Amino acid sequence: MIFLTIGTHEPFDRLLHAFDDWLGQHADQHEVVVQAASPVIDAYRPRYFDTIAHLSPEDYEAHIRAADLIVSHAGMGSILTAFTYGKPIVIMPRRGHLRETRNDHQYTTFRSLKAWPGLFFAEDETALPAVMDRALAAITDAAPPCLPDVADPGFTTALREFIFSSRQG
Amino acid sequence: MKRKPHVMAVASAGGHWVQLMRLRPAWAGCRVTYVTTEPDFQEIAQRRAAQDGEPAPGFHTVIEANLWQKGRLLRQMLGIFLILLRTRPDVVISTGAAPGYFALRIGRFLGARTVWIDSMANAGELSLSGQRLGKHADLWLTQWEHLAKPEGPKCLGSVL
Repeated sequence: MIFLTIGTHEPFDRLLHAFDDWLGQHADQHEVVVQAASPVIDAYRPRYFDTIAHLSPEDYEAHIRAADLIVSHAGMGSILTAFTYGKPIVIMPRRGHLRETRNDHQYTTFRSLKAWPGLFFAEDETALPAVMDRALAAITDAAPPCLPDVADPGFTTALREFIFSSRQG
Repeated sequence: MKRKPHVMAVASAGGHWVQLMRLRPAWAGCRVTYVTTEPDFQEIAQRRAAQDGEPAPGFHTVIEANLWQKGRLLRQMLGIFLILLRTRPDVVISTGAAPGYFALRIGRFLGARTVWIDSMANAGELSLSGQRLGKHADLWLTQWEHLAKPEGPKCLGSVL
């Protein structure tokens, strides 16, 4: 199953459209679940899948767990959750100049993220189809390792020292 | 023996919250109060605490708001203020965004020590909240080495 998620607040038609086109080329090969809130009237209407506007945190996690591949905007929540469950993920950044986010932070983060097992970068809608094919072909390889569900101890220990040193009186 | 510090951990829903939850070993054993914008996250916070062998944490929500929603921002700020008054944490820690900004500013005013951890989603420049908070936080952090500066923010690591 392929789980596509674009986050809760803003539409991301460019990703939905590109994914829809790709799916059309692979009719009946893939089961998909798509979370996409598109509050605007003239939102893109997908031909090959239905969308779910809102998923409870529990359902969201369940879909991530059940997925063979995740496709997502370049949001850290999706990326970290995919890593935690050892799922491959294709990310495509929202762009500031296209008004998909307030600024271009997803793009700069996309460019700054280092290679990671199971992380596939689709810079824009033109890159998506080939990256989808590559990610799916890689699924037969060993699954990516599961990221521990807490941050590196070096970081949390430093924070802990601050928390405990801050005791006053 | 001195009591353990009371930590208030604040993040809006989405990536900010996912990053905050990854930091929970930092406040293991402390009294903890979570503040977010999504009521459904209470169950996640409780499940994670149980999994870590911790007691059920305090949990409060405030209204969700973005930069353009002045009325909602005001209500969010008021919500944060009331929660802080009721719980009086020793330390306020946040990964963003707006609720964390308010919690750090008001929390510090009420005598708490404060920690701002700029979201990993800000690799190009600090978040607006982070830029404005800067010197008002006792510990001001970015998760990207290339954004750290001698005058702050510091980089002590990342949630990844």
